[in-house]
Amino acid sequence: MTSSLALAILAGALVAVGIYLVLERSYSRIILGMSAITNGVNILFLIAGGPSGEPPLVGVAEKEDMADPLVQAMMLTAIVIGLATTAFMLAMAYRSWQLNGNDEVQDDLEDRRIAQREGEDEFDARADGLADLETDASEVHDETEGEFEDDELAGTIDPVHDKPRRREGTK
Amino acid sequence: MTWTFIVALPVALPIFGAGLSLAFASVRRLQGWLSAGVLSIVWVVAAVLLYQSSKGPVVLDVASWAAPVGISLVADRLSAIMLITSVTVTLTVLLYSLAQGAADGDDAAPIAVYHPAFLLLSAGVSNAFLSGDLFNIYVGFELLLVASFVLITLGGTRDRIRSGTVYVVVSLISSVIFLIGIALAYAAAGTVNLAQLALRLPEIDSTVRLTIQVMLLVGFGIKAAVFPLSAWLPDSYPTAPAPVTAVFAGLLTKVGVYTIIRTQTLLFPNDRLSTVLGLIAVATMVMGILGAVAQQDIKRLLSFTLVSHIGYMIWGISLGTVAGLSATIYYAVHHITVQTTLFLVVGLVERRGGTTSLVRLGSLAKLTPLLAALYIVPALNLAGIPPGSGFFGKVGLIQASIDRMIWVDWLLIGAGIISSLLTLYAVSRAWNMAFWQTAPEPLPAKPIPWGMTASAGGLVAVTLFISFWAGPINQFTEGAAVELKARSPYIVAVLPEDGRGSGESPHVPGDELPDVDDREAPDWAPTPAEGGTGGTDNG
Repeated sequence: MTSSLALAILAGALVAVGIYLVLERSYSRIILGMSAITNGVNILFLIAGGPSGEPPLVGVAEKEDMADPLVQAMMLTAIVIGLATTAFMLAMAYRSWQLNGNDEVQDDLEDRRIAQREGEDEFDARADGLADLETDASEVHDETEGEFEDDELAGTIDPVHDKPRRREGTK
Repeated sequence: MTWTFIVALPVALPIFGAGLSLAFASVRRLQGWLSAGVLSIVWVVAAVLLYQSSKGPVVLDVASWAAPVGISLVADRLSAIMLITSVTVTLTVLLYSLAQGAADGDDAAPIAVYHPAFLLLSAGVSNAFLSGDLFNIYVGFELLLVASFVLITLGGTRDRIRSGTVYVVVSLISSVIFLIGIALAYAAAGTVNLAQLALRLPEIDSTVRLTIQVMLLVGFGIKAAVFPLSAWLPDSYPTAPAPVTAVFAGLLTKVGVYTIIRTQTLLFPNDRLSTVLGLIAVATMVMGILGAVAQQDIKRLLSFTLVSHIGYMIWGISLGTVAGLSATIYYAVHHITVQTTLFLVVGLVERRGGTTSLVRLGSLAKLTPLLAALYIVPALNLAGIPPGSGFFGKVGLIQASIDRMIWVDWLLIGAGIISSLLTLYAVSRAWNMAFWQTAPEPLPAKPIPWGMTASAGGLVAVTLFISFWAGPINQFTEGAAVELKARSPYIVAVLPEDGRGSGESPHVPGDELPDVDDREAPDWAPTPAEGGTGGTDNG
């Protein structure tokens, strides 16, 4: 089975570019990276199907000259799925921009808070004055979109960064 | 008269229901009834499949395209028991969320897309369990992932978008790695049918085979939240609504575990990675539970125990023996129900106390004794206190490890016992702080709707059923493990006629078959017990 070396190089390059982009902090770059990786893997499928050939249509081409139709079917499925997930990620990035004024991947507050506890000796959860848990619980505890109002958090203090929460870019 | 078409129903019905549900998006009540009805039918189908699979794998060649060309759906014992467990859990969680919606009124109920997404999730999980085709497993994964993306970001609030971002990107990366594995397998073996791959993979170069194995393991490992690949889980699960977290915690990681079991036993029966898997199991158990001990939020605490207990299942897989696999399957059944129950109960706690933070909760045992009982039963079960199913699962694993007894087994047994004790510590710490100690401030007196309590209680009853019926269930899982180790029942069932499927499922006794390891294609003729019922309708 022979396949094109150019395709192999292209697949490798796309995946490499994609990985570099996915490691970025900005969500829109991650989306571009994911698209690049998905396309790289699609080309990998093309390589897996062997050498190129005639369209695999019975009666149009000889059986021996046909390209492998199965990889094309699988690529097509992967492309469609990639389209849907990219659209979803774009919507999420937009929502993130609406809420935060940027599309950066946020840190996990609770995780940071647990990490901060490390330095304290004799930790007593009941006397834990570190965190503004009420604020965060109210953030976590919302079951519907209507319940959440931006004004709720305006002017409150971000417990991790110890500064007022950002409100720019929201309406 | 072929009845094998019912194998497709657990996949087809929920998808159909999801479409109808979207069409009736404005009629919430109808949506709820529709979802409950569809999942109930699927439950009955799963029960029938469970019964049928005990006589031999049930195979459907979709649209009568013969197996290696077309896609086949296979319900063997492993698939069937995972399917019935998952559908039971899904149905209960649905009733729970319906009760929650009914109590809160239409305005506060989950938004219209909830029911379609929930049904699609169920279809994706069923598809992953039943598929006899590597690429179709990928499609099942994508189906459940996309549905889970919708559910985890339900409402689009700040916290859910934050945690959803991590979840979406990590899930898609794992899918891409899985896809690379499929492409490599296809390039090497020229097929993606699991049964045919099982016949062809032994023929190819062993380093190439190892590469495919590792790619698939990494892809599934991210989904199953195995230790070095588990960091995404405790971060993303807790912010979703309680029913969503419950169904995710119960099912999504176990789909990963299922695919690891399936590929490791069917495609890569050699034990080349068993030591590595054993060490991964040790790390998963210990690191997961150490994370749980540090948590202040009960949902996060449970998410970390979830990671830790995935380690137990990897333990059984790493053993690769009948006893180990049987214990793993039993443990998976136990863990799906118990973990889901705990998340549902925590949903009730959150409703009653208005928070899931252990710092602010308290006095719940006095305020709602029923809730306390609902929490403590699955919590002790999770930790492995004797009459519970967690105990039987762990004993099975330790027993299987003792049977093998190489150096990794010492580590595994030690880590297993330590994580079990630390689980007990973590859940009893949550018990002390949320249920026994006095709350720092009085909790808001919000009543819990009876429907939510009833569905959580129903699932507690299921966990007790699994505990007290451990004998018969264990017998069944042992049968599943024997079937997995033998490999030939599965392969013959999928490719009965000269290496091709027919859409029929002759019941072939497993012991009369030759060893399939050394053959490129089966040149033996199957010996159908019923004389090869049905014609050769090979598409």
